[in-house]
Amino acid sequence: MQQSNTYIITFSVILTVVLGLLLSGTAQLLGPRQQEAIALDKKKQILGAVISGEEIAAMSPQEVNAYYSSHIGATVVDINGKEVTEKDGVAVSAENVDVAKNYKLPAEDRLYPVFIYHEEGDNSKVKSYILPLYGAGLWDAIWGYLALDTDMNTIGGITLSHAGETPGLGARITTPEVQSRFSGKEIYDESGELVGVQMQKGEGKDYSSEPHKIDGMSGATITGTGVNNMVKSYLGHYKAYIESKKSSQAVATL
Amino acid sequence: MSAETLEKAIEKKPAEALLSKRRKKLVTDPLVDENPITIQVLGICSALAVTTQMKPTLVMAISVIFVVAMSNFVISLMRNTIPGRVRIIVQLAVVATLVTLVNEVLKAFAYDMYKELSVFVGLIITNCIVMGRLEAFALGNKPYDSVLDGLGSALGYSWIILTVAFFRELWGSGSVFGVPVFDAVSGIFGPDFKLATNGLMVSPVGAFIILGLIIWVQRTKTGYVEH
Repeated sequence: MQQSNTYIITFSVILTVVLGLLLSGTAQLLGPRQQEAIALDKKKQILGAVISGEEIAAMSPQEVNAYYSSHIGATVVDINGKEVTEKDGVAVSAENVDVAKNYKLPAEDRLYPVFIYHEEGDNSKVKSYILPLYGAGLWDAIWGYLALDTDMNTIGGITLSHAGETPGLGARITTPEVQSRFSGKEIYDESGELVGVQMQKGEGKDYSSEPHKIDGMSGATITGTGVNNMVKSYLGHYKAYIESKKSSQAVATL
Repeated sequence: MSAETLEKAIEKKPAEALLSKRRKKLVTDPLVDENPITIQVLGICSALAVTTQMKPTLVMAISVIFVVAMSNFVISLMRNTIPGRVRIIVQLAVVATLVTLVNEVLKAFAYDMYKELSVFVGLIITNCIVMGRLEAFALGNKPYDSVLDGLGSALGYSWIILTVAFFRELWGSGSVFGVPVFDAVSGIFGPDFKLATNGLMVSPVGAFIILGLIIWVQRTKTGYVEH
């Protein structure tokens, strides 16, 4: 059937409009739910650094939200560890800081959110400080949340996520098995220097006597290196904040 | 031609049953005799990529069934109005829209799965099975038949990838649907009995091997020989 050009063009225009309306309509309709899902997912990741994955998996969305609001406080600091409440005239809150976007700014200009895990309802009884991390894996971005105990030295836990690491290899950073290897490790050495922690090449060796070495992932060394670099750079960025908390505790115990 | 002869010539045919023999064949043929993956060798790419574990594979299978069936339905409805010169582009537009819809729904209602499947849902459009069925069947057949045909092909694809995923997850990670099986049976035949996982199964190489084995078994049973 030989069709005229007008027919082809009209058909195409109508099809484009119909499909376009369908897609944008769906996006509008589902938009709020998607935002909720993303926000819930972020809360789960933050909580995942301090409580176990099974506990979180057992909670319903409302329970997660309730637990989060009664246990997590937040603040935003700059590279010098000083609290920031507004930037460029806009009020700043930890939930609204986009760590990925901030990653593109030079380190001195970034905003650094800190999530403070405290006992239920009492935000003076702090249990951990949760620091968001962001970096580059092998293929795409990786990010996570590192929980520091109140001694500002021992790692309580970590959650890690990725955008496009290889399933079964780099993607293993999301598994509890790998994440649990960070718990109990220390970031300061005996001389008081901030040395951080490193995932080692290879897997299966016992590093329980080494406070700064973490068992790596076989076949995923580059992702492991990405994690190491991410942890190291953000511990450096948060150093001023960490030191300020350390010294304020030292004063408090005098 | 006079009116009476016309009437005699056109006998009223009874409407075809919803699941007549011919229609049943549309659904069952692609399951074994004309399986898109093992016989027609289509859609291999995602068969390798997603099948490291069963849960994402299941979501992928459901997504493919939806996309293939719906796109077959829509294209078949439009088949007499699509201008020949933009045929492929129209098919692409419809499939791309469906795939995007699936992605948006996953993002809203199953965010964890959305994160896990990431690009693979979007890549359904590159799955040859989708365009293949549109070209081979939907463009020349009625909507309901096209849906059945799409369903058949998608089901044929689905059971293959689920089988591959079953073995890859079992031998590669020691679990089935996330339930750790290897850990559960260790110690059954004595304290040193432990099943080891095979890292090769987690990589695409393992998927190729399992796929090859399935093709071999299936073609032996059906006696299919390529010409």
